[in-house]
Amino acid sequence: MTKQQANWSPYDNNGGSCVAVAGADYCVVAADTRMSTGYSILTRDYSKICKLADKCVMASSGFQADVKALQKLLAARHLIYQQQHNKQMSCPAMGQLLSNTLYYKRFFPYYSFNVLGGLDSEGKGCVFTYDAVGSYERVGYSSQGSGSTLIMPFLDNQLKSPSPLLLPALDAVTPLSESEAVDLVKTVFASATERDIYTGDKLEIVVINAEGIRREYIELRKD
Amino acid sequence: MAVGLDFNGTAQQVNNFVSVSIQFDKPGACKARGSDLRVHFKFIKMKLDTSGLESTAPFFGSSNELLDGFSAAPFFEVPNTTNFDGFQKEAIQMVKPAKGTTTLAFIFKEGVMVAADSRASMGGYISSQSVKKIIEINPYMLGTMAGGAADCQFWHRNLGIKCRLHELANKRRISVTGASKLLANILYSYRGMGLSVGTMIAGWDETGPGLYYVDSEGGRLKGTRFSVGSGSPYAYGVLDNGYRYDMSIEEAAELARRSIYHATFRDGASGGVASVYYVGPDGWKKLSGDDVGELHYKYYPVTPSTVEQEMVEVAGA
Repeated sequence: MTKQQANWSPYDNNGGSCVAVAGADYCVVAADTRMSTGYSILTRDYSKICKLADKCVMASSGFQADVKALQKLLAARHLIYQQQHNKQMSCPAMGQLLSNTLYYKRFFPYYSFNVLGGLDSEGKGCVFTYDAVGSYERVGYSSQGSGSTLIMPFLDNQLKSPSPLLLPALDAVTPLSESEAVDLVKTVFASATERDIYTGDKLEIVVINAEGIRREYIELRKD
Repeated sequence: MAVGLDFNGTAQQVNNFVSVSIQFDKPGACKARGSDLRVHFKFIKMKLDTSGLESTAPFFGSSNELLDGFSAAPFFEVPNTTNFDGFQKEAIQMVKPAKGTTTLAFIFKEGVMVAADSRASMGGYISSQSVKKIIEINPYMLGTMAGGAADCQFWHRNLGIKCRLHELANKRRISVTGASKLLANILYSYRGMGLSVGTMIAGWDETGPGLYYVDSEGGRLKGTRFSVGSGSPYAYGVLDNGYRYDMSIEEAAELARRSIYHATFRDGASGGVASVYYVGPDGWKKLSGDDVGELHYKYYPVTPSTVEQEMVEVAGA
């Protein structure tokens, strides 16, 4: 008796890539705005980036319905936190919350590949990278999504910093300035758009620094 | 460097070997002084053995009108399975070593030594080279991570919470035996649901150093020497060879570091940074974190070899 195979999947992959880069006093989070299904484009203007707290921004690629549900849940939890503690959630705290939220659906996961970017309580840039079920790690830079295998080696080449596990510890902050980091991200997406069919249309860049959050849009190839 | 060249080739068949001799036409193509380069290839002519295809079974019945005049067809045994095209792949998958990592821990005279690599792989893609595989449950207990990263991270954190609650409720620290039992019972209750955890709980409690191996199948073993992960066979080789109960802390740390290094050398799923932790009566302390690429050159330094012929740039062309 062969095992019965499902003829319907609750998941779909809407494609897209996300990148986050942490600096000494800033953080850059970027994602393309193309939403696809199979070989079709659903829209060229969909934002994958969501502001969760004052200094904390999440970019997610994968199945956007699950991403939307996740964003709603985290926004609600943040509201409760603000009511209970009378302050905004810090980025590391939101990082832990996201990890637990993802793991609670361990047996029916959110099909969502996230990067969390923001400033920690000392004002330094921090980036957290996740897998679909909540394993997470604080890193200096990360990419997720359909173009991540193209983007990550390039970021490793340009930004690779000594591992935080080394003892005696070596400083792991990206040496780039904010404008250099933004230029790097633009270059990265231009390259990814060339070789990944799911990445393109427009690039949304969010920069978080001591002054606040600013947003930029760059056109990418639409083919 | 690949160079495209024209060649004059001659082929001769001598016995069962075909000898091909190639000469490079352009004298300047190869910068060795003076001589042209000659390359020889040998191909072995294949003689196919078809005896296996002849049928050895006698015909059932002395004569059969239908088969008269027909030669015996080759007979292949067909496996009795529902998935004829994929069962071999499934069999390989079943035996495939899971948990791409190398972690180890051992008890010795001074306490417990715990070491791990830091590579996380998703299939063939290295998703991270800086994963913390040694998890600090509390200041005197460590857990190692092998298997699903999220499973290990989440349940070790959960274990840390339970240990802290035990301390508050009972006004004393939990034993390593107790902590490992808590984790093992949780994992056993999720048995068969797809969790992948292969962990070692190492700590120092009232009875001295303690080391337990706990996995997602529900197994829990007390022991003095463990290594978990796809690189564990390599680590065991070095560890078992060099182990003595009465080692100093530095010797034990070096043994642990070497074992991880050798595992990362031979196992593709292990790599990154080799971290070594020591657990003593005052709790755990991180002793070292070394990039395994650099460890390689530390253990096997490059000796400049004597140069016989030096290649010199030819001026002009």
